[in-house]
Amino acid sequence: MSTPAERATNAFKEQIDGPIASYLSSCVHCGMCAHACLFYTETEDPRYTPINKVEPLRRVWKSEYTFFGKLASKFGLTKSVTDELLKEWELLIYDACTLCGRCSMVCPVGNDIAYMIRKTREGMIAAGYAPRGLKDATYRAVTVGSPMGVKLPALKAQIKHVEKDTGLKVPLDVEGADYMALLSSMEIMNFPEYIEALTRLFDKAGVSWTLCSEAFEATNSGMQIGSSDIEGELIQRIVDGAEKLKVKYVISPECGHAYYALRWEGPNVIGKKYPFEVVHILELLDQLRAQGKLKVEGKLDQKLTFHDPCQIVRKGGVVDEPRRLLNMVSSNFVEMEDAGVMNWCCGGGGGVSANERAEPLKLTVFNRKKSQLEKLGVNTMVTACANCRINLEEGIEHTNMDVEVVGLAETLAEHLAD
Amino acid sequence: MTPVEFLAWVRGPMFQIAVAIFALGVAIRIVEIFVLGRKQDLSEPRRDGVVPGIKTIFGRSIPDTGTFKRSPLNVVAGYIFHIGLFTTILFFVPHIELFHSVLGLQWPGLPTPFIDAVTVVTIFAMVVILINRLRNPVLKFLSTFEDYLCWLVTLLPLLTGYLAFHRMLFPYQTMLGIHILSVEILLIVFPFTKLMHFFTVFLARWYNGSAFGRRGVQS
Amino acid sequence: MLQPWNKNGLTVAERLQAEGISRRGFLKFCATTASMMALSPSMVPAIARALENAKRPSVIWLSFQECTGCTESLTRSHSPNLETLILEQVSLDYHHTLQVASGEAAEEAREAAMKENNGRYLVVVDGSIPVDNGGVYSTIAGITNLEMLRETAEGAAAIIAVGTCAAFGGIGYAKPNPTGAMPVSAIISDKPVINVSGCPPIPTVISGVLAHFLTFDKLPEVDDLGRPITFFGQSIHDRCYRRPFYDRGLFAESFDDEGAKKGWCLYRLGCKGPATYNACATTKWNEGTSFPIEAGHPCLGCSEPDFWDMGGFYQPLSTPTGDVTRTLVYGVVAGALIGAAAGSMARTRKIKAQKEHYKVTTDDLEESS
Repeated sequence: MSTPAERATNAFKEQIDGPIASYLSSCVHCGMCAHACLFYTETEDPRYTPINKVEPLRRVWKSEYTFFGKLASKFGLTKSVTDELLKEWELLIYDACTLCGRCSMVCPVGNDIAYMIRKTREGMIAAGYAPRGLKDATYRAVTVGSPMGVKLPALKAQIKHVEKDTGLKVPLDVEGADYMALLSSMEIMNFPEYIEALTRLFDKAGVSWTLCSEAFEATNSGMQIGSSDIEGELIQRIVDGAEKLKVKYVISPECGHAYYALRWEGPNVIGKKYPFEVVHILELLDQLRAQGKLKVEGKLDQKLTFHDPCQIVRKGGVVDEPRRLLNMVSSNFVEMEDAGVMNWCCGGGGGVSANERAEPLKLTVFNRKKSQLEKLGVNTMVTACANCRINLEEGIEHTNMDVEVVGLAETLAEHLAD
Repeated sequence: MTPVEFLAWVRGPMFQIAVAIFALGVAIRIVEIFVLGRKQDLSEPRRDGVVPGIKTIFGRSIPDTGTFKRSPLNVVAGYIFHIGLFTTILFFVPHIELFHSVLGLQWPGLPTPFIDAVTVVTIFAMVVILINRLRNPVLKFLSTFEDYLCWLVTLLPLLTGYLAFHRMLFPYQTMLGIHILSVEILLIVFPFTKLMHFFTVFLARWYNGSAFGRRGVQS
Repeated sequence: MLQPWNKNGLTVAERLQAEGISRRGFLKFCATTASMMALSPSMVPAIARALENAKRPSVIWLSFQECTGCTESLTRSHSPNLETLILEQVSLDYHHTLQVASGEAAEEAREAAMKENNGRYLVVVDGSIPVDNGGVYSTIAGITNLEMLRETAEGAAAIIAVGTCAAFGGIGYAKPNPTGAMPVSAIISDKPVINVSGCPPIPTVISGVLAHFLTFDKLPEVDDLGRPITFFGQSIHDRCYRRPFYDRGLFAESFDDEGAKKGWCLYRLGCKGPATYNACATTKWNEGTSFPIEAGHPCLGCSEPDFWDMGGFYQPLSTPTGDVTRTLVYGVVAGALIGAAAGSMARTRKIKAQKEHYKVTTDDLEESS
């Protein structure tokens, strides 16, 4: 187990399961997934065809987990995973895939390609083939506690600001609270409005909540880089924090992959079920709305649209909640083409935004969102993911568009009825 | 080998060989997928994945509008090809007799001239599919020897069946023998190639649909 | 031109005259023969001239491992017809069933005919020839069929293998072929052999071949199975009056269903018409009265080689002949077992890989790649 290729092969062997075997058995090379992938549609580079991205995984499946492939491998008729392959594929797997899962929705034989790419990343990082930027972010997440290097004092400083602005107490380390809220570093650093919004919304609704000084970071670079070891380590911190504070629920913030990692992958990477429930902030707000605990006043009359964060909507199942919430505060909410579970990714998910090398490609594929927005003619776009938000803002700036991007929770907080 | 001996051979020993390889190979490949299994998902499901899984098995046959808009040729030709292929296989009376003799099941057939017309359309669709594969950059990039082999072994039964039915090229016994042989080649190639999707597509769609379904999305 | 072969030296024309058949009747026969052999009407005078001048050829009819059905087919006619006409125009010097002589006298007749007409006589064979154990399974007057055929064929001008047994081995040749039965063509390779297959063959076809030989002094053009192409050029299916039902997808599914009563296609009842080349559907039997399919029974494919071994008579042509269901079941069961074993081994490899798991740590993130 010395060489990178051997480490990758071993990791692929660990990851391949029945679903992957059935997916790889079923692919007919129809190429339809290419048309679902914005990396292909915006570049027309056939290498970006989603199914092509799982080639390293496919090789190991074929030679190790099929009877005929194993037989063929004895005669040297199968291809093995090499360093060259991994090096080449690193660019496809990390730079040209946001794990958005759109391909998984269109594949006519039903292949969950995004699932396979996620699994392929396990082998890539085991072999050390991952982008520098993403490695650095992951390193900070493990060592510092946040991919952006945000530490507790920074959060405390923001809490102070929020408390000052709202005149409300931001609960920290309150044992026995119902809900434990998590944040993403970006919200702490770039969008503290979110913390303020939570404080005000929960105050009005009478929600018993708290932040946890030992587990406030929701983002999970471990998932993005594809290491369940690191993903599990980061998840475990949250589980430990929630268990310590004995909360019933953990709230995932406006961050796509954080929700997916916590809600859907977390129990599997730590190998046990949670002693609490995970809710996305939009789910919770929608529940409060349904209970009549979320009262708003005044409606925005400018035309606005909603950008579906892939991990929350398509891969997370939070689809109708943001729409119901948005309609509470907007009289002119319009949907983009392909909105909902078939939305197009912002181009920066799945760790792409942490990968400086992928910057030019990321901006190229932003064209998909740009043309969607232009078609709609809107100047306001609401979203529910800090990563999408930053990425959209970057793209908008890069293309000199006049579109404002705002978070959904803060938009609601702005319209809270007194 | 006389045409009659050839016909007897393809209807007799060769058919047995082909069916044996097909049955053995397909069973191996499907069972090994099941044995590999899926680890229990420990995350709390939003809803049960069974119904969405079943829905995806059927629903995935209908392409989403975006895919249709971006690659209409692929979708239309693919549809015609699949429907045409199954119509000719399942509803030509001599074929029904074959299924009846092997599986003990039978169903009503369709008029022979209709099957004949469907065969022509299906062959045409397959030619379009090949041209598309050779010209479309994505398909050209993805295509391997296996893809062209599968195309050929699927086309041959259609083509030879058409020629046999119309008494073209060779005496009927020879042509019928070639037709049956081409089906045997298809059966033999089947378990070693992507033709396996005929069976595994249901597994793949099920896994996909139930995984998305338990997260609350109908995939 | 043919030489006079026989003792009394009468030509066909002379014999016909002697029998009181008119010139007109004779020409009509020639015209019918021409059309039967798919010859141009302009050939009629040539046929007439040839037949007029032809002397009765000597024919030695050898009956080997057979059932006499072929002879029955040729002789059992209710009224004088072309077949009997032709038969009377040959000098049938040896035929077990028909000749008066028996025992040694019969064999002497054969030997005499062979000697007198050396190089010119025709040999007609019905029945297959057993060759295993020196051919002991069928002997005539102590001579094995094999020996008799070789001996008789030596001085023959041509051999007509009448019936599927003589042509392709037939029932005797059917699996497991205990006597080592062989068709004529497998034994005689240095003489022209024509196969008039069928079980039995159509009498008109036998007489047609004889007429052709008398007219042109040679055997007619044959297909790749050595059969006269004029009679075996088209399949039963192609000329079948029930063909439109096949094309429309209307089939009888049992012998007493509505389809059977309505005369629909018998494909599903095992009709071998599509793969059987013979003239039944056009010349028909019993002087053009009917043929098996018209009588409501599927074609057995009797004029084709190995028709006994082509699966059941009532088994459709498109179905495999062996027990495929068993193969399928055994294949699936064996495959499932192998698959389970292979899958378990794959799982073992997976568990091993998990045991050898390489844990990704911050060290892996630090090092530059």
